[in-house]
Amino acid sequence: MTLTEQIITIAMAVIGTMATRFLPFLVFSNSERTPVFIKRLGDFLPPAILGILVVYCYKDVLFTASSTALFSLVAGLVTLAVHLWRRNMFLSIFVGTACYVLLCNFL
Amino acid sequence: MANRKETFLFAFRKSLPIMTGFLFLGMTYGIYMNQQGFNFLYPTLMALTIYGGSVEFIIANLLTKAFDPWAVLIVTLIVSSRHLFYAISMLDRYGNTGWRKPFLIFGMSDETFSLNYSTKVPLEFDKKKVMFTITILNQIYWVSGACLGGLFGSLIAINVKGLSFVMTALFIVMMTDQFLREDHHFSSLTGLFLSLGILAVTGKTYFMPITLFLLVVIFAILEKRKERFYDFD
Repeated sequence: MTLTEQIITIAMAVIGTMATRFLPFLVFSNSERTPVFIKRLGDFLPPAILGILVVYCYKDVLFTASSTALFSLVAGLVTLAVHLWRRNMFLSIFVGTACYVLLCNFL
Repeated sequence: MANRKETFLFAFRKSLPIMTGFLFLGMTYGIYMNQQGFNFLYPTLMALTIYGGSVEFIIANLLTKAFDPWAVLIVTLIVSSRHLFYAISMLDRYGNTGWRKPFLIFGMSDETFSLNYSTKVPLEFDKKKVMFTITILNQIYWVSGACLGGLFGSLIAINVKGLSFVMTALFIVMMTDQFLREDHHFSSLTGLFLSLGILAVTGKTYFMPITLFLLVVIFAILEKRKERFYDFD
């Protein structure tokens, strides 16, 4: 690819990404005229999205029989357990990550 | 009302897990581009302008192939389509943010969206300023990581394997907090299990847009059948 072609390629990726982020805001710019269905959809989706993003983090290891898959599942459960126990975001993330790093490097 | 410094510190504290994750993942991305033969300006500028991790990796790969701008646009639209749903969810929160609004929308990556959605901002803080600071900080982390990775390439020895798990842990924590504070778990549970099922069936590339599309269909059917199928918190 020439430099111009590279710039066009990157520009296309910028346009594509930004279109998906800006489009709903442009279409529904006036809150009073936003359909109730869209507003309620916006209230409904986020909890589901948070769940989907957790699955997204596991997309490379799930359904593979590897030690990484096992380690990340264990570390995930540890994160969950610590969070249910102490409800302290930093503690949960720290313990979970430390657990994963230790498992990966010393097992 | 909290002053500038207090607002910054609150946002900075909230962004710390993403700082660790983004610096690390950004470096991985910069190193990847470096190994593909691109100088550091490429990962840095792509991190700055595209600002979407998964798309940046795909483009890094496509840049080494034959020139095909329309294919690039289509792939990007498919992979990024999840942002449509983030935007619909943030219409209200980003609604009255004035001059900050375009940047809040521009910087709405997966991590920034989830953090800005999940963060409960105490009353003494101006919510739009907190969200704006979080958005800026997160992008700074990502761009810095990409730049460093691109500059030093494999010279940076990433000795500690597995640090990127902070991101997974952060999402687990945000999901758990959401689950604990909500009255109905229908949305949370459907998102979690539907995406697992779709991932098993379609594989990792397209499971996210497909899951989100199906969620909208499910929501539409339930709303139609019951008028308002439940009241949100």
